[in-house]
Order: sequence, then C-alpha cells, then structure tokens
Amino acid sequence: MSTLLSLQGCTVRFGGLTAVSGLDLKIGPHDLAGLIGPNGAGKTTVFNIITGVYRPTCGSITLGDKAIAGMKPNRIAGLGIARTFQNIRLFASLSVFDNVRAAFNLRLKHGFSHALFRFPAFYREEADVDRQVMELLDIFDLGRHRDVLCKNLSYGDQRRLEIVRALATRPKLLLLDEPAAGMNPTEKEALTRLVRFIKEKFEIAVLLVEHDMKVVMGICERIFVLDHGVKIAEGNPGEITKNSKVIEAYLGEQPPEAGTADA
Amino acid sequence: MSRYLRSKKVWLLLAVLGSALLSRFSGAINEYYLQVIIFVGINITLAVSLNLINGYTGQFSLGHAGFMAVGAYTASIVTLGVPLPLVTYPEPSAALFARLLGALVLAFDHAVNAVLWVANSGVAAVHGLPLVLQFVVALVAGGILAALTGLLVGVPSLRLRGDYLAIVTLGFGEIIRVVIQNTDAIGGARGYSGIPNYTTFFWAYAVAAATIYIVVSLIDSTYGRGFLTVRDDEVAAEAMGVDTTKYKVVAFVLGAFFAGIGGGLYAHTTTYINPAGFDFQRSIEIVIIVILGGMGSTPGVAFAAVLLTVLAEYLRFVAGYTFLPTWLRQLAANRTIIYALVLIALMLLRPQGLFGGLRAFGASATRKVPKAA
Ligand SMILES: Nc1ncnc2c1ncn2[C@@H]1O[C@H](COP(=O)(O)OP(=O)(O)O)[C@@H](O)[C@H]1O
Ligand SMILES: [Mg+2]
Repeated sequence: MSTLLSLQGCTVRFGGLTAVSGLDLKIGPHDLAGLIGPNGAGKTTVFNIITGVYRPTCGSITLGDKAIAGMKPNRIAGLGIARTFQNIRLFASLSVFDNVRAAFNLRLKHGFSHALFRFPAFYREEADVDRQVMELLDIFDLGRHRDVLCKNLSYGDQRRLEIVRALATRPKLLLLDEPAAGMNPTEKEALTRLVRFIKEKFEIAVLLVEHDMKVVMGICERIFVLDHGVKIAEGNPGEITKNSKVIEAYLGEQPPEAGTADA
Repeated sequence: MSRYLRSKKVWLLLAVLGSALLSRFSGAINEYYLQVIIFVGINITLAVSLNLINGYTGQFSLGHAGFMAVGAYTASIVTLGVPLPLVTYPEPSAALFARLLGALVLAFDHAVNAVLWVANSGVAAVHGLPLVLQFVVALVAGGILAALTGLLVGVPSLRLRGDYLAIVTLGFGEIIRVVIQNTDAIGGARGYSGIPNYTTFFWAYAVAAATIYIVVSLIDSTYGRGFLTVRDDEVAAEAMGVDTTKYKVVAFVLGAFFAGIGGGLYAHTTTYINPAGFDFQRSIEIVIIVILGGMGSTPGVAFAAVLLTVLAEYLRFVAGYTFLPTWLRQLAANRTIIYALVLIALMLLRPQGLFGGLRAFGASATRKVPKAA
C-alpha cells in the first residue's frame, strides 16, 4: 500500500506544554482515517502542523515524496491538502458562491493583469470558474443559496459549505475537524453519508477528527487514538473498541453502545 | 448595446471623454470653485486607493500622506526641472579606522551621486518633451517612486496586524515627512513654490476614473476575491491556497502608487508644496473618507470624498461668518474636531459607513458572460 501523507516523530511544544509528542502516522491515497481522543489531546494541533499553520518542533511530514513541515499553508494547499476548521471559518462578508470561488484562486491561470485589462481570455476563465463552482454547489445542494451571504446559512449548511470550499482546491487529502459538532442525529447521519460520498466521488483520502463515535465508526476504516499528545492505539474500528488503553483513556466514560442508544 | 453598458472598459472611456469635454468649459467656473472641484477629484483618487488597502484587504494603513508626499515631490522636481545638487565627498582622513569608514562613506556617496546624476539627466531629457508629456511623465514617476516606497514599507511591516500596522505606517509616513523637511536639497521646510499649474479638471477626473476602474476591476474577479478573503479570515484564506502576503503587498503597493499620483496632481494645482502639507492629519482625513464611505464600498468612498471635501471648504466660510457665536466659528475653524464628531456619530449610528454594503459596481464579473449552455 502506498503512502500519501506520513508524519514521523512529530512533536509540538507550546512553551512548556507538549501538545503532540513523537507522533507517527501514515495515510494512504484512498483512506478514510479517523483521529480521536479526549479534548485537548492534540488533534487540532496535528491538523495545524499538517496544513502549515504551525511548524512541528521536531519530526518530519511528507506528502507524496515532498517534505512539507514548515511550508507556508497556501503552498501546502497547492500541493493538495485542504481542511475545515473546528470553529467554522467561512469568509463572512462573501456570498456562498464567492466563498467557493475564492478557493479557485489557487488554480487560476490569469491573475492581476487579466483582471485589469479584461481581455476575452479573462471572461472565458471566469465563466469556466463560474461553471465549476456551480457544479460543486449543485452536487452538495447549495446551488439555490448561491447569492446568500454565508453567515445567513443554517449551521448545517455552513459546515457543508466549508467542506465544499475545501474541495474546490482539488485536494488529494481532506482534513475535517469535528464536522459533526453541534449537529443533531439526522444531520450526523447525513454527514456520514456525505463523507463516504466525497471519498467515492472525488477519489481522495479523508482524515477526520470527531467525538461522536457513531460517526467515526460509520466512516473510518482506520483509526488513530491520541491521548495527551501521544498515540496510544491504531487500528480498524473493531480493534479500537476492544483496546483496553483506549477504553480507559477515552471510550470508558462514553462507550459506543451508549452513543448508539441515544441516537 | 446593453452589453457595452455593462463593460467596465466602456465606462472608463466614457468617464475620461466626459472629463475632457467638461474640462473645456471649466474656464466658465469661478476659479475658487474649480479648485474645490479639482480637490474633490484628487481626494476620490486618494480615498479609493486607500480603500483597496484598508477596506478591501483589511489592512489598516495610516501612511497615505507619506506616499502622497513622495509623489508630489517627485512630480514637482520633474516639471520644475530643478537639478538635485550632488553630495559633496568627505575629506580624506589620516587615522586607519577613519580611513576605512571614510572609504565606505565615499563609496556610498558615489552611489548616491550616480543615482542623482541619472535622475537629473532624466529630468533634463524630459524637458525636451511637450508640456503635456512632461506632466504625464512627472505623475507616473511620482506614482512609481511612491509605489517603491510602499514596497519598502510594506514588505517588513505587513506581517503585523491591526493596530500595530497602523502605528508602523503612521511612523513611516512621519519619517518621510521629516526626511523631506530636513533635506535642503529639495527645499527643506520651505518646500517648493512656482510649480506649474498643470492639473486641470480633465487630469483630476481622468485619474479618479482610472483609479476607480482599476480597483473595481481587480476586486470584481476571481483573482480579486483574494483581497476580500485576506480581510475576512487570513488563516482560512491561506488554508484555501491564497497567498495572503502577496495580496497584502499588491494592495499596499498599488495603493501607494495612486497616492503618489494623487500627490503629483495636488502639487500641480496648489502650485506650492511643503512637508507640513503631508502630515499625519492629512492621512487621517483620507482614512475618515474611507470609513465614512463604508470600508470596501468604492461608490460609497467616492461619494464620501465629494461630501467631505466640500464640507471642509464650507467650514472655512462658516469660520468667517461674523454673525455666528465665537465658539461655533472656532469649532468650524478646527476641522479635526468636526471630523472626530462625525466619526463618533457614525460609529454609533452606522458602523458600516454611510454607504457600506452598497455594491453598485460590485456584481460578479461572471454575470456578464452568457452562461455556458
Ligand atoms: N497556539 C497554542 N498555544 C498554546 N497552546 C496551545 C495552542 N494550540 C493548542 N494548544 C494546547 O495544545 C493542547 C492540544 O490542543 P488541541 O490540539 O486543540 O486539542 P484537541 O483538538 O485534541 O482538542 C491543548 O492543551 C491546548 O491548550
Ligand atoms: Mg480540536
């Protein structure tokens, strides 16, 4: 099995606090992987070093055969990693359409001078971007909201729009940070289907951070468990639910059966 | 027909032709009114360009007067054709250390003089051209030098955010002013007078139209949406592949370029410039126009430029009305207090600006293209 993303011995320290410690992690080109662990375990920090928001204190990160640790986030996005944020970060003053359009910036052939002089090539490319944005929006049933300011969307639609915007960068790997947070059971089920659909349709790898075990078990084929910045387990859902370290550190207080019962 | 009416290039052309036409009749207007009308045009250029930095890109710059000064001085030097005096070389010294230092200083002075020589020859060459061309070269040279200054200021300071950037740009603006004030070679505190009165109605409004065209065209494109993402959420913008640093530098340099051109126009209508005319208060005035018009709304900011320029002139009259109580006249004479009051009222009543959210030119460029079937 080939590897798309690989972290080797990654450690992140914030002053005295070690948020991530010696983390090894491998993701294949079509994996549906999950990263779970209690609050403050360092999951978001892992996303932040993969996407270049922080540089790991030590360790290496490679995407394909490129070392990306410490690269600027926009370059990493260009290499094929896109993400969503734990607290939704849409472009508040832009419409639904423009939020997605902005993500096409990366693939634009014509920049500054074309916007200024507006030759036919400019209009052709804009029309092309327009069409692709609408295609994406329609796939995710957001087309009818194209001119709505994104802050006026429902919470679930905002979460979905953030995913669409990430997909617009044409990633090889999509990182989703707690996409089901704040959703009701029906919405969570829809999200589970959505993520599986995205993997099939766009043929990409997904790494998911999520607290809801039902969502994680429903989506992920491979799960990494973090506790206090240390990877304590790794395996398929069946192995993880039986792992005694995981039960003690994380699942113990909230067994997956209970999650299923109240859903 | 309607296809042409929706093309920005056609509007630019119409605006330039309109300015040329109206300019023919400007002789009929009272000279003072004409001057105010020209100031309005220049302030539109200044405010619309600052709006690219402060409004669309969300970077709070307080240095616009500094870039204006660079443009005003450069343009005046070109049209006046005053050769810049060369630097005198230092006396050679005996001590070893002083000799080393002296050699460095000498090398630096040689470099400076080489630049000055090139500049002087350039100015001399320009003086062979017809007056109109001289003026165009002067304005463009002012714009380019201001843009270079913008690059110099922007690259190190644009990593700063919010208040910090405001303070750094304010500092740089003041440094530019103080340097001019203390450089006798370009007039020092006395400034330049006798600058030819080249800025006609046409030039003021053709440049304003071009500035509006450029800012609106940039913003209204997929490329231009990048500026807005920098303003809205820098972290998310970078995660989506937007090179935020590049956008900030482009906004800053382009803003400085137009501030420089605006400065050149200003110098060639007042015919007199001195460093005090480009102080911190001048920067604040332009910022206030942008806030009043609504950050990120070009029509709003252009309209606010008209409003505030006319208001500022009207206040001069109010200050002179003897039938008014003294306190009121003093208030009118002190524009900054009025501006402060306007700002406070605005923040309380309409924080988005008078015209914030107005998007007359804002609709998506892609709408003009017939949808691909
Ligand atoms: N920028 C930062 N500065 C200091 N500490 C941080 C920073 N980001 C995260 N942390 C700390 O790192 C630890 C892991 O945080 P995080 O990755 O957000 O956890 P999770 O996403 O698993 O809930 C927490 O203790 C958090 O307080
Ligand atoms: Mg988190």
